Amino acid sequence: MNLSRLGVRRPRRLLAEASALVIAVIVAFPLYWMVLSALKPQGEIQSAEARPWTLSPSLDSFRRVFEQQEFGRYFLNSLFVAGAVVVGSALIAFLAATAVTRFRFRFRTTLLVMFLIAQMVPVEALTIPLFFLMRDAGLLNTLGSLVLPHLAFSLPFAIWMLRGFVKAVPEALQEAAAIDGASRTRFLWQILFPLVFPGLVATSVFSFISTWNDFLFAKSFIISDTSQSTLPMALLVFFKPDENDWGGIMAASTVMTLPVLVFFVLVQRRLVSGLGGAVKD
Amino acid sequence: MTGAGALEGAGAAPGGGAVPGRRRGAAGGIPGRRRGAAGSVRRGGWTPWLYLAPALVVLGGLLVYPVYQLGLISFLEYTQAQVSGGRPTSFQGFGNYAALFRDEQFWQVLLATVLFAAACVVATLVVGCALAVLLTRVRAVPRLALMLAALGAWATPAITGSTVWVFLFDPDHGPVNRLLGLGDFSWTYGRYSAFTLVLFEVVWCSFPFVMVTVYAGIKAIPGEVIEAAALDGASPWRTWRSVTAPLLRPILLVVTIQSVIWDFKIFTQIYVMTNGGGIAGQNLVLNVYAYQKAFASSQYSLGSAIGVVMLLVLLSITLVHLRLLRHRGEEL
Repeated sequence: MNLSRLGVRRPRRLLAEASALVIAVIVAFPLYWMVLSALKPQGEIQSAEARPWTLSPSLDSFRRVFEQQEFGRYFLNSLFVAGAVVVGSALIAFLAATAVTRFRFRFRTTLLVMFLIAQMVPVEALTIPLFFLMRDAGLLNTLGSLVLPHLAFSLPFAIWMLRGFVKAVPEALQEAAAIDGASRTRFLWQILFPLVFPGLVATSVFSFISTWNDFLFAKSFIISDTSQSTLPMALLVFFKPDENDWGGIMAASTVMTLPVLVFFVLVQRRLVSGLGGAVKD
Repeated sequence: MTGAGALEGAGAAPGGGAVPGRRRGAAGGIPGRRRGAAGSVRRGGWTPWLYLAPALVVLGGLLVYPVYQLGLISFLEYTQAQVSGGRPTSFQGFGNYAALFRDEQFWQVLLATVLFAAACVVATLVVGCALAVLLTRVRAVPRLALMLAALGAWATPAITGSTVWVFLFDPDHGPVNRLLGLGDFSWTYGRYSAFTLVLFEVVWCSFPFVMVTVYAGIKAIPGEVIEAAALDGASPWRTWRSVTAPLLRPILLVVTIQSVIWDFKIFTQIYVMTNGGGIAGQNLVLNVYAYQKAFASSQYSLGSAIGVVMLLVLLSITLVHLRLLRHRGEEL
């Protein structure tokens, strides 16, 4: 960093670094406490003194979580919904982004503005009409009632974001492909698609997270058939009126958070390289 | 929701909004390319519409149509009787809105929503920007530590974040009250302490987006500019106020608007942490209020009217955003 050369004095830098580390610890603390509490034996959680470590970690809470309430099934349901949305929105958004970047046509700019506005629509406000829509379509209590709205809500942003990636592919490539006799469809799937793939991965992180985290739709659309519930509902089971089962809640929270963290970490490098590629042109 | 904020985070990057130099390069390249494309590529007749069709069908059916329905329901009488088909729906004109605007609780909730969102936005921006500046002043290891911790908070689903924070501040078993010597003080009992607790969680899970974006923006500012300020003897605060912040204006704008939109429609945190809106609804915000009206007391038309109010507020914020984007000369 230029600043250090210039004489940001050493004590000051050490102070900055110390505070950065302290803040990092504070920011990470809730997650640490979550995993720790999930591993603490029941007695230690109930005790009045909250010790920041445990000498006898146990998997009891996790066992309770997985035995109770068909947790594994909820997990798979969540995974299915998120997976369907990720794949669906990536494919549909890829086609749409290609259309708005590779072609000039009437209403193109209008469409782009509409996509931007659509991003800002408060999803939550639409719960009521969507509820009636799903009821009329006979989709209440099915996973479809979660997949479809999330597909719609992740599309505008996905299109908006993929635009940059599609734009970054030089058009000369398309001309070269055309000269070599490749059809438009062939160019689309065999040349453009692989080149835009890192962008698709980056986009999918966001559709995955917003779908995985969904709480409102899961609560509103899956009302009676609990075999179709997703993870957030399973979490709420552990809240009891008299005494919350904190060990269970923290274990379930850990199970729910881990896939997102893993996904984030796995895609992180891809994400950065993808974004870099898009900017480099 | 975490997702919504995360969205813009990476969204800012591919556009290269942070990198004035690169943007100029890209813009210079476009006209040339366009000429080279010689029409054949651009004019596809029906092809673009064919590519757009799936997206338009999904968005039309699941976004545009529900928005229309929302508006429609807000003008009808729509309660449990109409839902079960026991009684026909009847047109109410602005009756629902009149009832809503006469309701004292609505104004209370609206005020609480605005103030709470404002507090969240300010706190998130201050923390995010301060830590972004801090990141530029430390070496790799502390930077990595802070980045990783922030990414962890960012990736945490709103609902698990909420449960963990409630647990941290639990009067009987949480570590925070022990640490601060607060005994069995219940954070969710009082109105303001409950809002404060939710605010902590919101800031925790949304500052990373601000921090990462602003940090990227600062890194894109040529080093000489800041060096020059330092040579002239400017304090860090002065450097930020007179040099960094003005250069970061476009980014700060995007981040601010995004936070406003996001914090205005908070749902999960309030619902989970205050157990559906707090004692006697003291912690209700618009989004939760609409949900409770519709699904807890079956007043679907009132809930829809609240939804329309939210939609209009967010739409006007978006239009301001769009105008400012246009003002910056962003190419669509």
